[in-house]
Amino acid sequence: MKKIISILTLVLLIVGVFTACGGNNKETVATDGSTSMNKVIGALGEMFQEDTGITVTYNATGSGAGIQAVQEGRCDIGLASRNLKDVEKANGLEETILAYDGIAIIVNPANPVNDLDVETIAKIYTGEIKNWKEIGGNDAEIVLIGREAGSGTRDGFESITDTEDKCAYRQELTSTGDVITTVASNPNAIGYASLASVKDTVKVLTVDGVKPSEETIKNGSYVVQRPFVLVTKKDVALSESAQKFFDYITSEAANEIIVAAGVVPAN
Amino acid sequence: MNKKRLFENIIHGIFLVLGLITVGCVLLITVYLIVSGLPAIKEIGLIDFLFGKEWASTAEEPKYGILPFILTSVYGTAGAILIGVPIGFFTAVYLSKIANKRVRSIIESAVNLLAGIPSVVYGLVGMLVLVPVIREIFNVPDGASLLAAIIVLAVMILPNIIKVSITALDAVPKEYEDASLALGATNIETYFKVSVPAAKSGIAAAVVLGVGRAIGEAMAVMMVAGNVANMPSLFQSVRFLTTAVASEMAYSSPGSLQRNALFSIALVLFLFIMMINATLNFFLKRDKEK
Repeated sequence: MKKIISILTLVLLIVGVFTACGGNNKETVATDGSTSMNKVIGALGEMFQEDTGITVTYNATGSGAGIQAVQEGRCDIGLASRNLKDVEKANGLEETILAYDGIAIIVNPANPVNDLDVETIAKIYTGEIKNWKEIGGNDAEIVLIGREAGSGTRDGFESITDTEDKCAYRQELTSTGDVITTVASNPNAIGYASLASVKDTVKVLTVDGVKPSEETIKNGSYVVQRPFVLVTKKDVALSESAQKFFDYITSEAANEIIVAAGVVPAN
Repeated sequence: MNKKRLFENIIHGIFLVLGLITVGCVLLITVYLIVSGLPAIKEIGLIDFLFGKEWASTAEEPKYGILPFILTSVYGTAGAILIGVPIGFFTAVYLSKIANKRVRSIIESAVNLLAGIPSVVYGLVGMLVLVPVIREIFNVPDGASLLAAIIVLAVMILPNIIKVSITALDAVPKEYEDASLALGATNIETYFKVSVPAAKSGIAAAVVLGVGRAIGEAMAVMMVAGNVANMPSLFQSVRFLTTAVASEMAYSSPGSLQRNALFSIALVLFLFIMMINATLNFFLKRDKEK
């Protein structure tokens, strides 16, 4: 008899765990998507929670997965670090640009090269220029570091430099952090990463003589940049708390936080 | 009496359900993989899919050939076995037969610790230490390569090989060894001509287990192999079956041929692992029948 009671208690406990997960969903806003938007959404969510008490969850899955999550109704707001494709818009999704992110071209600090133009970057990445000495560097083979197919950063980089499907990568890594670590450890590597995530371990190149910064990205003079997009469903209204969050982050009040996160606010 | 019977039956039922959960999971995964893996193979064509040499899933004219992944997985696993098995095997013989108790307990706990290290840590150390070292030693532009993956995998399968081999060697009856020694064979002769042959199916099982671990590893390999869909070569950046699925899954859109093709890769990997498991069962069963 004792055993039965203990088993019953156990069952009750297990059921309790599940119901606890299912309940109290009302006061949270679920966001899902681009790994590059971690910093900005994290900061905005924290501020929003402080002001209103509503929790904002963020699932770093990647732009494609975030868009898919909105489509399937698994989250309130999708996050994408690229513009929506026509197919996705046709599926009833809507985009709102939150901010602009500069994509920094990074090399190892030991590399003497400081400036490249977009065409040269494209030539390097398509394998037309193979040695650093051709562009004023050391006599060493250029090691191309990129992101995996489908990554928002890769998509952004390749569409800006017009090198889609033509890049001859030496390594395709699955996160911004990996790209930075690899470039920092190989003197002949070149890579690209979201400006917001770049650390001092790598050197950021100027493009056409323009250093990527908030100002140059906003006024468009730094050309390697892409939008951070909020994805919502066109004909389905957001939940009350999600709408509050949406209004909050697209308002001017949020700009300070967006700037602090290293990207340039759009509104 | 009746109450007791009922209680027994209830417990029996609970255990049955718990057991069926495992079976259900296996069935679910198998059915799911087959159902979601077959459409892409049908669309691409089995021959083009398995023997196509080019993978460009997001290109305007996508190509879905997974031969580079299959060969990389096979070469990578073979390389890891080539390095890992001799080291693991001799370590096991030493620990089981030659080492004194203290040495054995120290080395064994080190092996257990090695087995407990998460694969992402192997990957990280490989990325920060091994990859630059390979670049320097072999004077190649970049160290992320098949070789780096092979070395990481070889270290990762060591604990499996050592532990299973030790168990097999420990189980050899002492009488065999005593008989051999009584006939005038030296210790080393006895270990390699009597103990090892007597434990050979256990050691074979250890190797197969190592193969299974190596072919299924994704995280560590993803961090050191470079992940470009090249045909395998020792100093080139390569992509394994596992990493092919893992690196593109997050970004592929559902229902697309790309996503389906990733499921097909998973299905191929699944079949590989099934084959390895069947081999393992074969060795273990043969061991039991003796």
